[in-house]
Amino acid sequence: MTLFLALVLVVLVAAAAAYLARSRAAGLRASGGGRLNSLPGYHAAFAFLWAAVPALLFLAAWAPIQEQLVNGAVLASAAGRQLPDFDLARANILGEAYQLATGQIAAAISPDAARIAPVYREALGRYGLIGGGFALLLAIAGAAWALTRVRATFRARSGVEKWLMGLLVAASLIAILTTLGIVLSLLFESLRFFSMVPATDFLFGTQWSPQTALRADQAGSSGAFGSIPLFWGTVFIGAIIAMIVAIPLGLMSAIFLTQYAPARLRSVLKPMLEILAGVPTVVYGYFAALTVAPLVRDLGLGIGISSASSESALAAGLVMGIMIIPFVSSMADDSIAAVPQAMRDGSLAMGATRSETIRKVILPAALPGVVGGVLLAVSRAIGETMIVVMAAGLSANLTANPFNSVTTVTTQIVQLLTGDQEFDSPKTLAAFALGLVLFVVTLLLNLIALHVVRRYREAYE
Amino acid sequence: MTKEMQPVTPTTPVPFPSTAIAADAAQDDAGIAKEDTAWTQRPEPTPHLDEAVDSNPTAGEPLGQGAPKMRAQDIKVFYGEKQAIRGVSIDVHEDKVTAFIGPSGCGKSTFLRCLNRMNDTIPGARVTGRIELDGQDINSPDMDVVQLRARVGMVFQKPNPFPKSIFENVAYGPRIHGLAPSKADLDTIVEKSLRRAGLWDEVKDRLTESGTALSGGQQQRLCIARAIAVDPEVILMDEPCSALDPIATAKIEELIHELRGRYAIAIVTHNMQQAARVSQRTAFFHLGELVEYGKTADIFTNPREQRTQDYITGRYG
Ligand SMILES: Nc1ncnc2c1ncn2[C@@H]1O[C@H](COP(=O)(O)OP(=O)(O)OP(=O)(O)O)[C@@H](O)[C@H]1O
Ligand SMILES: [Mg+2]
Repeated sequence: MTLFLALVLVVLVAAAAAYLARSRAAGLRASGGGRLNSLPGYHAAFAFLWAAVPALLFLAAWAPIQEQLVNGAVLASAAGRQLPDFDLARANILGEAYQLATGQIAAAISPDAARIAPVYREALGRYGLIGGGFALLLAIAGAAWALTRVRATFRARSGVEKWLMGLLVAASLIAILTTLGIVLSLLFESLRFFSMVPATDFLFGTQWSPQTALRADQAGSSGAFGSIPLFWGTVFIGAIIAMIVAIPLGLMSAIFLTQYAPARLRSVLKPMLEILAGVPTVVYGYFAALTVAPLVRDLGLGIGISSASSESALAAGLVMGIMIIPFVSSMADDSIAAVPQAMRDGSLAMGATRSETIRKVILPAALPGVVGGVLLAVSRAIGETMIVVMAAGLSANLTANPFNSVTTVTTQIVQLLTGDQEFDSPKTLAAFALGLVLFVVTLLLNLIALHVVRRYREAYE
Repeated sequence: MTKEMQPVTPTTPVPFPSTAIAADAAQDDAGIAKEDTAWTQRPEPTPHLDEAVDSNPTAGEPLGQGAPKMRAQDIKVFYGEKQAIRGVSIDVHEDKVTAFIGPSGCGKSTFLRCLNRMNDTIPGARVTGRIELDGQDINSPDMDVVQLRARVGMVFQKPNPFPKSIFENVAYGPRIHGLAPSKADLDTIVEKSLRRAGLWDEVKDRLTESGTALSGGQQQRLCIARAIAVDPEVILMDEPCSALDPIATAKIEELIHELRGRYAIAIVTHNMQQAARVSQRTAFFHLGELVEYGKTADIFTNPREQRTQDYITGRYG
């Protein structure tokens, strides 16, 4: 029995249980059992959930276990013991045998695969029957239990409520647990990196040249993995140049939209600004690399900066600034709009002009929200990858000249991980360490931003 | 302004001067209040209102001399297609408190906002008619709306101090209008305004604290202090006490009595006893029309119109 078949059967059992529960509950009502505590629909849902959810959970847990068991059984068989020891080759053969056994391919290229396919098929059938059968039993047991509970006084309604709450909790836990898993794997790989390269060298070194570290005599030698130039490049582009563009433009467009634009214009302009947020970042990347970067280089050369390169911090930063305008402006827009009308009226009634009111009353009141928006935008900017990969360059320069090429954390992560890599050299592991630091920084920025915004929200409630 | 030296306690009714009769006659021409019925003919007296009116020795005060501070003629206000004010003419006099009463939605706030052109800030609002401040048309292109609002201050229903310190709240107006050349001048203005608003003693040690940290009644007095800091000529108050408890309300009413004489005051209120207690003139609005306008004592004890009578005796509203 394949697990898919088991899944279908479980759902059928659950549906049947629901139907039975419903008609029994309806029968109770018809036979004059008085008022039911719960409508028949709730009894049906209750039975369905009891039949389906435990069995499906079991199937989900069983699937990976079954794969292990099947592989173990195949390798333990006579044919399996003759397979090569080398992991990759063995995994290939097993994969092919699986496809052969399940009929996805008609004939195998490897004779080994053809030989173990029957064993594989037999093991698959056996464990499929065990797992699928158990799931089916669970479903039937759940259904039977739920059906015995169908009584006029039974509170199926609150039973369903508990199930739903459980499902909602599970759904939200999945996102959280996944994040936790990501963090743990980052942490784990980073620890491996730090066992090869001292953390102080990584955090405070000013030389970044991971390629040389591959040479045997230099592996992990200090200086090669100094991440300062990368973080400087990241901050220079994402937190300085991009913000110099995005803060004034975002803020001013938010002020225009909330304070000056007539409602009709606002209803057109605001969605248009928000569309900017939906442009794929790779498109901004083209724009930065093909249009803005040459212009910036020409400008640099024109004003006599001979080191101006065709990949520059300025080009990447400018385009990134444009990209995050919608973030800044929509947060600023929200917090400006949240300043009570009474505050505005109070100022206008004092004889203040519109711009005085904005500068002296509205912006100070909206400031925490604006700051929160800017912090979120910064964290978004420093994690941004495509634009900097395409326009900022790869040379890890520690420079404050915006016409020079700099590189960023995300660019280097891409560099370190593209292509075939062994996942045990400091070079590849460095990517995880970079990712971890970036993650911690953006997490902190987000926490601060949320805190600032929340405190502000409380002020007007 | 030359009103600084006037006594701040409520004055007793002055003998009927002949000029006041002339002024009232002029109002008859405008189709407004008439004062021919005697006090003895009062229909169905409402005891509480009576007491309130009696407690206000100025309620029967006749009009002062001279031209009105503000004169509104045939004001109509439209919100889009909807007409909220249907041709209202009223004079607001210097050193008088004019109360606007009427059922909810009758246009009191709308009319009040015409007087300092706050309706300009509402999209779709349109005002027709002529409003004069000291004889000058406030809607004419010559009138700077910023200056107008400095001369005609406003206090809102809900206290709306800025989220700044108490000092900065009061200093806001003088700063934007450049009234205080030096820091010492500004300190003086702030202290004087807070004193006049009866708040100084409560806040003099905490001027740097946020204005929003004060109690509701204190906030409202802060807003009054803020309004008078720019030395306006007229103060408009839109239900200034409706968010306050009786004690804070009593303080504000006392304050209104004290401010009378320095400023022309127009106050919207739902509380008829309040109108009876604090005002000398009362205007009754209904469905966007001015039904009756006259001496407070007359409106509350001897109204001319049946609708006024019904409203003040609580038969509708
Ligand atoms: N901004 C606005 N847009 C459209 N219509 C409005 C607006 N403000 C007021 N109105 C309408 O104008 C009429 C008068 O409103 P206004 O606020 O002046 O009444 P009010 O007498 O002050 O009432 P209340 O005593 O409840 O404050 C009402 O019918 C109201 O619905
Ligand atoms: Mg109102």
